Amino acid sequence: MIDNPYRPFAAEIIELRRETSAEFTMKVKAGADFCPGQFFQVSLPKIGEAPISVSSFGPDFIEFTIRAVGTLTNALHEYRVGDRIFIRGPYGHGFPVDKFRDRDLLIVAGGSGLAPVRPLIQKSLAGELGIRSLKLIIGFKNSEGILFSQQIEEWAKKSDLTLTIDKAEPGWSGKTGLVTEHIKKFPKDNLKNLEAVVVGPTMMMKFSTAELVLLGLKEEQIWVSFERLMSCGIGKCGHCKIDYTYVCVDGPVLNYPHASRLID
Amino acid sequence: MNSYSLTRSNFKDIFDRLSAEYRLFGPKRLAGRGRFSDTDLITCDFLADIDELEFEEKSFMSPKSVVFPADETTFVFNEEEFKEPLMRDQREIIVFLRPCDINGFARLDKIFLENGDRVDPYYQRRRQKIHFFMIECSSSFENCFCVAMQSNHTDNYAVALRFDKESIEIQIRNDHFNRFFESFGTKSAFTPEFVKEDAVKVELPDNDEMPAEIFNHQMWSEYDQRCIACGRCNTSCVTCTCFSTVDIFYPDSRTCGERRRVWDGCHLDGFTEMAGGHSFRKNKGDRMRFKTLHKIYDFRKRFGFDMCVGCGRCDDVCPEYISFSSCINKLGSTLKGEKA
Repeated sequence: MIDNPYRPFAAEIIELRRETSAEFTMKVKAGADFCPGQFFQVSLPKIGEAPISVSSFGPDFIEFTIRAVGTLTNALHEYRVGDRIFIRGPYGHGFPVDKFRDRDLLIVAGGSGLAPVRPLIQKSLAGELGIRSLKLIIGFKNSEGILFSQQIEEWAKKSDLTLTIDKAEPGWSGKTGLVTEHIKKFPKDNLKNLEAVVVGPTMMMKFSTAELVLLGLKEEQIWVSFERLMSCGIGKCGHCKIDYTYVCVDGPVLNYPHASRLID
Repeated sequence: MNSYSLTRSNFKDIFDRLSAEYRLFGPKRLAGRGRFSDTDLITCDFLADIDELEFEEKSFMSPKSVVFPADETTFVFNEEEFKEPLMRDQREIIVFLRPCDINGFARLDKIFLENGDRVDPYYQRRRQKIHFFMIECSSSFENCFCVAMQSNHTDNYAVALRFDKESIEIQIRNDHFNRFFESFGTKSAFTPEFVKEDAVKVELPDNDEMPAEIFNHQMWSEYDQRCIACGRCNTSCVTCTCFSTVDIFYPDSRTCGERRRVWDGCHLDGFTEMAGGHSFRKNKGDRMRFKTLHKIYDFRKRFGFDMCVGCGRCDDVCPEYISFSSCINKLGSTLKGEKA
């Protein structure tokens, strides 16, 4: 078959970074030019395949930040630099970066939801997307769960960044409270030029988007990214369908008026 | 378009000549394989002989397996590469099937050839070889509601067949097949007829937008207990296309294996379960709602026509006697504000 979208290609692991006790970032060698928010189907022969979002990419590399909680992700955890994994993609619609041009961008990320928005943050700060200003509200359950901590420090120098953990803990001098509490403090002036991105666990997205609407943002100004089980990534296997929407091809990034009306 | 009247023995000869060039599939009776003792299973399978063709009764399993097998090796792999298995038999395929099933293929085509703007090559390589030999339905079978789904009629066939007591009437739409028939039989004016009325009446809701209340309506809770998540409705359905991917490997090999896709279904446990254990639609009622709305509402919203073709197989095979047509009618009543 000449054009088989299911055929994965081998990609060599060129770097591994431990992020937290449960998460690690795997950098593979692969030519890549795509849109922040897209994902790949990552597979290991004999183990299986799963969708994993891209947490960074460049002309000759892709990074996946992986939480070892499933069959595949646990097996990936055993892999070392020089080993090869199999990938196919990129798939889906990422963030609508053209719509973000000349706008103020607010990114609200919770937990491992920071991984799929990381390329968006990196490209925004590098000035590649023509964004007017960037504000970040990043929340984690506790300080141990903080992903990309060194990068967050660098981002804080270049943007208006709020890093928060859910509850106060000994030794933590930073901000505390759920991301929703920090959305409440967001200045209400000049919302007209704002686009907001919300990515994280289901409940976090539900309450964060509600808070943004309360703040005065129009639903059309909010973008979310969904996570669902997928077997194919190309609109065939049916696992990720919600109502008439296939998360793999119509999403994973969806505009809030669309996403908020989808009932699993 | 040519029509012929054939004797049984004519048709046997033609079948044998077709078999030499094509692979033939159709309804086939497997004696003693039914779900109760001393009952038969009628499935869709390879036909080696004309006598294997069950042309009187409705099949339990649909002909979708001809293009979308219950399990299929998509790749053989070792640690270096993934390779597609060859399709060994390159002959074209003839499928004996009924009008609803032909319409079912139009639904499969939407998903496998169009959705996501990508073609599924495994489906396509079989699909492009297929010729439909339509068996006329003289009357509707138990549980059929094809008329309501507008899938009782089709012109999309190469040959149409009517099995009378003494003769077999055929009409050829694809002239390519003339050569098999013209030296047998006598010319006739046969044109197939289509079922005009089913015993099962279904009133389809025609909502463009389904009210949010319907998704959480208590009408679905009935199925929480009744449905046992066996997935038979999914596997027997001609339009259910969902699958999962599994890797298998051989005990004697450390490095080689196969990636296969296998039928999956929205009624089955684990269908939405993600790494870490989070899943959606834990209740069977929610799964019934998901399937129902897909078949008669959201597929239409995406592709312009309903997915369900009203073959009634889901009702035929359900061990809990859940009736899909009744469910559609209940949904209709609920939407109208009547007590379902």
